[in-house]
Amino acid sequence: MRALAATAGFLRRVGAMIVKEFIQLRRDRVTFATMIMIPLLQLILFGYAINTTPRHLPTAVFAHENTDVSRAILAALRNTAFFAFVKEAGSAEEAEHMIRAGEVLFFVEIPAGFERALRRGEQPQLLVAADATDPVGSANALAALAGVVGSALVRERFVDAAGAMPFEIVQHRRYNPAGTSQLNIVPGLLGTILTMTMLIYTALSVTRETERGTMESLLSMPIHPVEIMLGKIIPYVLVGIVQAILILGSGMVLFGVPLEGSAVFLAAATLLFITANLSVGYTFSTLAQNQLQAVQMSFMFFLPSILLSGFMFPFSGMPLWAQWIGEGLPLTHYLRMVRGILLKGSGFADLRVDAAALVALMLLAMGIAVARFRQTLD
Amino acid sequence: MEAQAPVPARVAPEVAIEVENLCKSFGGRRVVDNLSMRVMRGQIYGFLGPNGSGKTTTIRMLCGLLTPDSGRGTCLGMDILTQARRIREHVGYMTQRFSLYQDLSVRENLEFVARVYGVPEPEKAAGDALKRLGLEGRGKQLAGALSGGWKQRLALGACILPGPDLLLLDEPTAGVDPKARREFWAQIHDLAAEGLTVLVSTHYMDEAERCHEIAYIAYGQLLAQGTVQSVIAAAGLATVTIEIAGAAGHEAGLLVTRLARELAALEGVEMVAPFGTALHVSGRDPAALEAAIAPYRSDARLVIRADAPTLEDVFIDLMSRSKDELR
Repeated sequence: MRALAATAGFLRRVGAMIVKEFIQLRRDRVTFATMIMIPLLQLILFGYAINTTPRHLPTAVFAHENTDVSRAILAALRNTAFFAFVKEAGSAEEAEHMIRAGEVLFFVEIPAGFERALRRGEQPQLLVAADATDPVGSANALAALAGVVGSALVRERFVDAAGAMPFEIVQHRRYNPAGTSQLNIVPGLLGTILTMTMLIYTALSVTRETERGTMESLLSMPIHPVEIMLGKIIPYVLVGIVQAILILGSGMVLFGVPLEGSAVFLAAATLLFITANLSVGYTFSTLAQNQLQAVQMSFMFFLPSILLSGFMFPFSGMPLWAQWIGEGLPLTHYLRMVRGILLKGSGFADLRVDAAALVALMLLAMGIAVARFRQTLD
Repeated sequence: MEAQAPVPARVAPEVAIEVENLCKSFGGRRVVDNLSMRVMRGQIYGFLGPNGSGKTTTIRMLCGLLTPDSGRGTCLGMDILTQARRIREHVGYMTQRFSLYQDLSVRENLEFVARVYGVPEPEKAAGDALKRLGLEGRGKQLAGALSGGWKQRLALGACILPGPDLLLLDEPTAGVDPKARREFWAQIHDLAAEGLTVLVSTHYMDEAERCHEIAYIAYGQLLAQGTVQSVIAAAGLATVTIEIAGAAGHEAGLLVTRLARELAALEGVEMVAPFGTALHVSGRDPAALEAAIAPYRSDARLVIRADAPTLEDVFIDLMSRSKDELR
């Protein structure tokens, strides 16, 4: 009897706790939203947006001749669905530039006299150059190449099915010939770590003051919201610089990450990226009501940043809608810049679109933050 | 930039705060309702009222932390609607909740305040403030680690460090022991003597009596204003004290309780408040009050004498009256 009463008491108290927790959960809309949104977001992103064998990769063609054979080769490549011919290059230099600027991932060069050489059995060469900074993105397409071209030529009866293929495919893996994934990951990590830390630090900065009650006193002092924002962002700019130096330094020492481009441009891009993230974090800080909400908001931003920026999975493999979301994230643009500068030796001319996008995103976030920051307690 | 409008001529320079018909609502609820008041320079002005009566909201409107829905006013001759930023340079606001940085040391907090207000030589100013506050030995201690009394002392010190002309103190002595409270008030009087105007909100009646002038607000409305004596006199309250003489101990306690219940139900009695083995009985109409207690005069156990109403009697009466009006 007594045991029963004790159990009933236990259940009643646990029940009271459960009811209270649910009420609090329902009141805290942001927590509630993240509980629903994070699984949904993950499911949608992993299920639809992320594709580790990306197709329709932007490819440039530089064909010296327009013959049945060249048309058959290009048709076969297009039919694999790995390659999408988006550009036509007039020269090898132009094709190189397209790869360096990140406009295309591949270029296919069909040399002059390919068909004639093929018929004579002279083993002509077909050149396929790939941007191998992201080994995952290009590997599958390259692997499919030889078989596809061969069987297409057989089907069209340009070559005999029996015996060795009467041509050669020369593959160039540009910028990362060994396909070392560290070369791709280290610059990616630089962007990802900076996003995470910069976002969290500033997201907490204003909510901490609100939560501890110091904001009321701060607002009653003769200090302008913009002054408060700058005062809170600038220390973290320095923290971000230290982090960037640490990551890049160890990446170079431990993994042999090269610096092909300009160090000054890299520093400028990194500074811009740090400031953009701090501005986004500060905006969250003005939106969130407490520190927990601020952390949750940062997470909601961080997750798509990792998945849709091209850090983990090839950007060009994603469907268009996911690419558009990716274009709205600072990390996407920074990754293109930092990979370009470090591995491809890209300069400002190659990356000006991404630089401009980063500036635009930063100004947008700062604008929202300043507009959202309430100078009064109204 | 905010307009540097000249001080309106009709505001005398000796007026520190003058507001007219201030209104503020939150979510449809009137928190401050047509509030008008005037505080002279060098005055200690007590701001009294129950919890949720609009004291904090009014103080926040005075220093520009909240924008009034309607009404107008000046603070130190500057418009509270358009010159909030300039007002902030001359006003020290001590919030109800301790709002210095708990994770900064005492000295670091003071230096921060000095720098934000542009005090020359902030380190020296902070050092001087430490000395003045008697916190010399605690400069390196984290503000969060101070006891309640010291926190309050530090908060006041931080408020007066930039040399403001007006202090707005929101329940500064809540949760502070009597000795620290007394020292605090001594300091407030010193500051007022130096010409500072102090507006202080409080729940404590003894603190109200230390103010030069008081205002009582309830339900967002100003119910009484003036010196303590004038507020008590204006209330027109008649009070008698009924003391239990013919009983002791538990028996006296029971008698007080029974008597209080009986009296409260009588016509002409507005308030009954027990004080130990005595009862404070008040009414607005002296004749009706006398009629109500007349039957008890014959009770040998009771000593009944006429008394002056206390400030507390007056405030509780004001509160219940305004509640009646609102109904």
